[in-house]
This record gives sequence, C-alpha cells and structure tokens, in this order.
Amino acid sequence: MILFAARRLFQALIVMLVVSFLAFTMFRFVGDPINQMVGIETSLEDRAALRESLGLNDPMPLQFARFVAGALRFDFGTSYQFRQPVADLFAKRIPATLELSLTSALFALVIGVPMGIHAGLKRESALSKLFMSLSLVGISLPTFFIGILLIFLFSVTLQWLPSFGRGDTVQIGSWWTTGFLTVSGLKALILPSITLGLYQMTLIMRLIRAEMMEVIRSDYIKFARARGLPDRIVHFRHALKNTLVPVVTITGLQLGSIVAFATITETVFQWPGMGLLFLHAVQNVDIPIMSAYLMLTALLFVTINFIVDLLYFLIDPRLRVGRP
Amino acid sequence: MFRTSLIAAAFVLVGASTAVRAETLKYAFQGTLNTLDPYTLNETFTVSTLGNTYEGLVRRGEDLSIEPALAESWEMLEPTRWRFHLREGVKFHNGNDFTAEDVAFSVDRVRSEGSDLATRIDDDVKVEIVDDHTIDFVLPAPNPILHYEWDTFYIMDKEWTTEHDAVKVTSASDTAPNYASLNANGTGPFAITSHEAGVKTVFEKHEGWWDTPTHNLDTVEFTPIASDATRIAALFSGEMDMVYPIPVQDIRRVNTNLGTVALTGPELRTMFFGLDQRRDELLYSDVKGKNPFKDVRVRKAIYQAIDIEGISKKIMRDLSTPSALMISPLLFSRADEFSRHPYDPEAAKALLAEAGYPDGFSVGMDCPNDRYVNDEAICQAVAAMLARIGIKVDLDAQPKAKYFASILAPGGYDTSFYMLGWTPGSLDSWNPISNLMDCRDDDGKGSPFNIGGFCDERIHELTEKVLRETDTDKRTDMIAEIYRIAHDNVYYVPLHQQGLAWGVRDTIELVQRADNHFKFRFVTKN
Repeated sequence: MILFAARRLFQALIVMLVVSFLAFTMFRFVGDPINQMVGIETSLEDRAALRESLGLNDPMPLQFARFVAGALRFDFGTSYQFRQPVADLFAKRIPATLELSLTSALFALVIGVPMGIHAGLKRESALSKLFMSLSLVGISLPTFFIGILLIFLFSVTLQWLPSFGRGDTVQIGSWWTTGFLTVSGLKALILPSITLGLYQMTLIMRLIRAEMMEVIRSDYIKFARARGLPDRIVHFRHALKNTLVPVVTITGLQLGSIVAFATITETVFQWPGMGLLFLHAVQNVDIPIMSAYLMLTALLFVTINFIVDLLYFLIDPRLRVGRP
Repeated sequence: MFRTSLIAAAFVLVGASTAVRAETLKYAFQGTLNTLDPYTLNETFTVSTLGNTYEGLVRRGEDLSIEPALAESWEMLEPTRWRFHLREGVKFHNGNDFTAEDVAFSVDRVRSEGSDLATRIDDDVKVEIVDDHTIDFVLPAPNPILHYEWDTFYIMDKEWTTEHDAVKVTSASDTAPNYASLNANGTGPFAITSHEAGVKTVFEKHEGWWDTPTHNLDTVEFTPIASDATRIAALFSGEMDMVYPIPVQDIRRVNTNLGTVALTGPELRTMFFGLDQRRDELLYSDVKGKNPFKDVRVRKAIYQAIDIEGISKKIMRDLSTPSALMISPLLFSRADEFSRHPYDPEAAKALLAEAGYPDGFSVGMDCPNDRYVNDEAICQAVAAMLARIGIKVDLDAQPKAKYFASILAPGGYDTSFYMLGWTPGSLDSWNPISNLMDCRDDDGKGSPFNIGGFCDERIHELTEKVLRETDTDKRTDMIAEIYRIAHDNVYYVPLHQQGLAWGVRDTIELVQRADNHFKFRFVTKN
C-alpha cells in the first residue's frame, strides 16, 4: 500500500515538472510582456532596462530554474500588470471561483439526478422526451453562448437577475469573501452557476438514465417487484443506489474540471475569480499569473487523480493481488 | 400661529434635506485599473481615471483647452524660466496642505527610475522653490509646450508618500506591493475609498475640493467588464449608468434601445499605414535587389488605391473621419489646408507602371487584431483594394502582444508594411513629428516610432527648430511645412481618426472629451 502510494506520488511529481516545463516554454510564444507594461511613448532604453530587471534576458534554463525554485516555496513572483504578488491575487480570487464551482456542481446534481431517474424509468413519457432534447441543447451549445442567452433573457429583458459580478460579498475571516450571505450575492450566483453547470447536469442526467435503464432490467429488480414491493422502494432503494457508483466517480472528476475551466463563464459574467484573472493575464502576457495558474490547475488534477487511484486501490481488491 | 408656521418651516426643511438623494454613478470599461500609482503606466485609461483623484498643475477643460488647476497662474519670466503660482488653501484627501514642496517632490518622483511618465518633464529641467506657493522651472533651452502634458502629471503628497515608504515608483520587478499602487491620496474631486484591481474601485466625493463642483455625484463605482456583450447588457438592464467603449456594430442597437444613447465623437488617435523605406531590399516581398517603397510613385499608388470613404462607411460605420494629416484636425489649426490625395485606382495603376511595376508585386503586411477599432478588418479591406492595382498583399494579423514585439525596435523593425495608431500625448504637433517623422538609426535612436525608417533632411532640420521656437506663428509655419513635405512625399499613408463610442443611460449628462478621458466632474445624474 505504502509502496503503491509512494510510486504514484513520484509519478505525480514528474507530471508536475513536465507541466511546468511545457507551460514555461509556451510563454515564449505568447508575445512580449514589456509592451503591455509601459505606454507607447516609453523610450527604448527604459524598455530594455525593464526587460533586464525582470530577468527576461537570462537564458531559458536559468529562468525555468528560478521559476521552479520559487514555485516550491509557493512564491510565484509579482504580477506584471498589477504589481502585486501572484499568491495574494490568487488568495483574493479563489473564494469566488470555489463558490461558483460548488454551486454549479450542486445545481447539476440536484437537477440532473431527478431528471435522469425520470427519463430512465418513463422513457416514453413526453416529459422524458423534453428532458432528452433539453440535454442535447446543454451538450451542444457552447458555454459562452448559453451565458449570453441567459443574460439577455433574465437581465436585459426581464431584469430579474444581475448580468455581471458577484453582488455584495461578506468578509469571513482574514481572506475569505462569500456571496452566500447576501441577497444580491445569491442572485448573482444563479446565472453563472446554471451556465457553468449545464453541461455537467446533462452529463449526469444521461449517465443516470442509461444506468437506470440497465439496472431496471436486472434480475434483482424483477425479484423485488415479484416480492410485491412498492415502486417507490424498488426505484429508489434498489435501483438508484446501484446507479450512483459511476455517477459519484464522474461527479468527483468533473468538479476538478469545473474549477479549472470556469474561465469562459467567468469572462462572460465578469465573475471576479481565477479564470477571469487568467484570461486577462493571457491577453496581457502576464507570465507570472499564467504559469502559476497552470501549475495550480495541474496540481488540482494530479491531486484528484492521486486520490482516485488510492480509492480504487481500497475499493477494488483485484488491484491488491498480484502486485508487488 | 407663530409656532405652527415654525413647525411647518421645520417640516419643509426636513423634506428638503431628505429629497437630496445620494447619487451613485456606476460605470464599466473594457480594461482594468491595474494600479493607483499615477506614475506607473502612461496609458489613456489609467491616466484618465486617476485624473478624478489626482490633479496636475494644469488641467484640460471640455474642449481640451488648458486651464489652471493646482497652479492658479503661470508666466514666462524669461524664455528659459517659468514661474508657477500655486493655488492656496488646497488640501489633499487626507487633510494635508498642498505646497511647493509637493510639486518639487512629484517632479523628482516622476523622473525617477521605474516611472513610465518620465517624458512629462526632462531630466535637465531644474526646479527652484521660491516660497510655499511659488515655484520656478529653469530650462536648458526654450520650450513653449513645457506644461502641455502636465494635465496628466499628477501631484502627490510628499508627506503621505514618504510616510508610507512609497517614494520609489512601483516597479514591475518589485516583490513587495507598493503602498501607492493600492492607495491614493490626491487633491481631486473624488477620493478612492476602496480598490480591488480587476474587480471594483469606489470613489467618494471629496468635500474639501478647492473648485466648485458642477457634478452632483456622491459615489462613483467602477467595474471592469471585459466582454462586449456583457458590458452592453449591463447598460441595457440598468445596472450600469455608463459603459465604454461600445463596438461600432452595436451603436444602432444602443440608440434604438429605450433609455440608452450612444455618444459618438471623433477621437484624437490617427490611424495610418507605414512602409519600410530604409532597407535596400524589403524583408517580405518578391521584388529582389531593390525596395519599391523607396519610390514615391509606389507609395502614392498605394495611397490612391485606398477607398477611404468605403472603409469609413462599411467598416467603421461612419465612426471615423478620413484624414490627410498625421494629427487630428482638432489639434492643428491649419489642418484645413490639407486634403487627401484622391482615391483613384486608375491613377494608382499608372503610377505603378511608371515606377516599373506594371504587373505589381507582392508584399507582406503586418496588422494587429486586438488593438484598434476594427484593425484587422481595415487591413483585409486594404489588402483587397491593393489587389485591384496589382499589389498582392500577404496579410499577417496578430494579437498586439506579438505584433508590437516584432515591429518595434526590440524586434528589429521586422516589417515591410504595417499599421499603427498614434495619439499625441501632449496634444501638440511636436509629439507625432518627433516620434514618427524624424530620422532614426537601426537601434531606434532618433525618432523611435518611425518604423519605416524614412529620413528627410528638411524635416530633420525643422524638427529641432519646432521644439525651441516660442513664437506661435513661426512655429505653426514650420509644423505646416513638415506636414506638407510628409504629405507630398507620402512618407505615411494616413487613414482616419477613429471615433469614440460611449453608451450612456439617458438620465446621465456628461462630457465626452476627444482624448477619451472620462472625468466625473462633468457628470450630472438626474
């Protein structure tokens, strides 16, 4: 067990190193950061001095080594645009992204699971057909388009919900800000959560529907029915329980991608989270923010995978047998 | 009886005081306010926004004319000695008094290492404090436009800056955040009470402002909204009172929507094409052994092949003013003496044939795609127009970060045919002349943004003189001569001044200045 964990951990470290190297080489092709940091009239001498002071003239391996050394101490340097430490900027933005991701994951589950059950049990009903066509929309429309559609319907036409931002936030502790405690904060969460969660919702719905249809045909359900159990118990206690295993796995993995890929939703709704910060950094060649964001995303996925690997090891006895 | 009327009077008073609402202006811009340090970034939005909190010795009015601000008056004691009489009784937001010490301190700071606004005052200008409210500037040579850019050279409080250890300008390589980049303390009509870069900045009215406010705002909230669609949606839904810029294709929609108006007007930025006239052989062309752009006939052919009215109508949706000059007509009194070489593809073809290219040639064109209004669309249209006279354009449109890295000096002026826009920061002709029209060497010494690298002896000679000449008429004559030479020789192919487009709710009255500065002091909300 310990050996297994250690080996996985070692692999994870190598993945991180490779990601950081790839990320770092990529930045050489994004453009010149200096041009974004000064006005157009700034003299060439001043530009050269700035480039020198940022260490952009040093050889690549040296720059990379400096970056890795800093990253190990969680020091990602200073943002070129904001002139503030990247770690501080991230700390301020993380609550917004996490709250949005959690809400949209919750939305996906709370809406997706019942829809999936219904569509699985009553395949031929009109409602199921509606769900299925809706889910097709959710899967095929690009995120930003759904977001803009929602804005024009609920913000511009009906004027029920805000079109951008987080609303009023409340400070909790020294660095966490939450939008859960104010009315405007909750209202602001609705549209972006739906936009971000729609894809996951349809995914969960279709997954549950398929599993449900599979399970409902199995022998033990037939036996349960034969025992004269009411439908409610058969469906929820016997059938649903057994469909949830793959759903839980997928949801866990999807949570990682929700956090990592909230970028587009955050841009459409001007949601002040990590994704917005990252996209802005790309436009302005803010290398410290870009590299730190990619590293964090890689870390998130590597961690989730590591945990999933360990869980499989615990769940599936076959993994334990025949391995040194 | 007496008593009841007194009570009634009291009621009226109470009624009156509750009728005065606290007015909040909410507005959005596409970019972020990255720093509050007024010397960190010489860029329109930053400088414009901080101008609501900080003030210079002079300021510019609605029509961009220079007005007294922190200096009540100034005079030229001799051509090389300027005396500024500072306004008395001015207080910074923290209550400190404004004195000549603060001016001297700000001069030092704006010229120090890391400042991006060092062009505001030359290193060899000496500052002499006469008394608390009088200060002299001693110049090495006469300079009639010394104070032209001082409307954006903001005066900081010496005591406050020193106290918070922020004397050094926030530099990009600093590891600790600088106090002055996260906080502000100016003399202007609005104080910044909270600022989270990239999220929200809140301004509150400064009660002790020296001038009589003509605005009726108590609070101003700025939010950056990067996505065009979201920014306009926020205006339509009433969450925003004002948003800018709005894309040209949305102007009609903003106008037809109930309760919103699109304010449009000419901007000072001049868009133009430049041609490599320095190399003996173009980097990107099938003409080998010679440079066709060294021939004025070829340059003029390109100029006359461009249907500028068509670009203005179809691409800019009438939000541009075709220009014959490299400066906005608002900034040059004799602009009406110049008119464009007419659009005439036949004449252009004839010129090409005369120059020895009857079948045309091919050339690579560089263009940004996220910097100016419809930049890439303009380049595509021009490429198509040039194809009609036989010049085959191979267009390379790139994001600004990559574009400027290659076409400017650090990239070795790696271009044959490029697009650029220029706004003279000083609102004076010397700025485009010295930056765009004087000679340069391969490293960019001289006129660094003369990317095409042409060199005209007469322009070079005149440029020096324009800087020193204090007689306005003589100076204007020389400037006109420079523009005439550039026009006749087609050193540049000017296109147009692009337009400004702001979206405003109809409850708001404001002034749209041609320099794209948004000043809260001109706003009233009904």
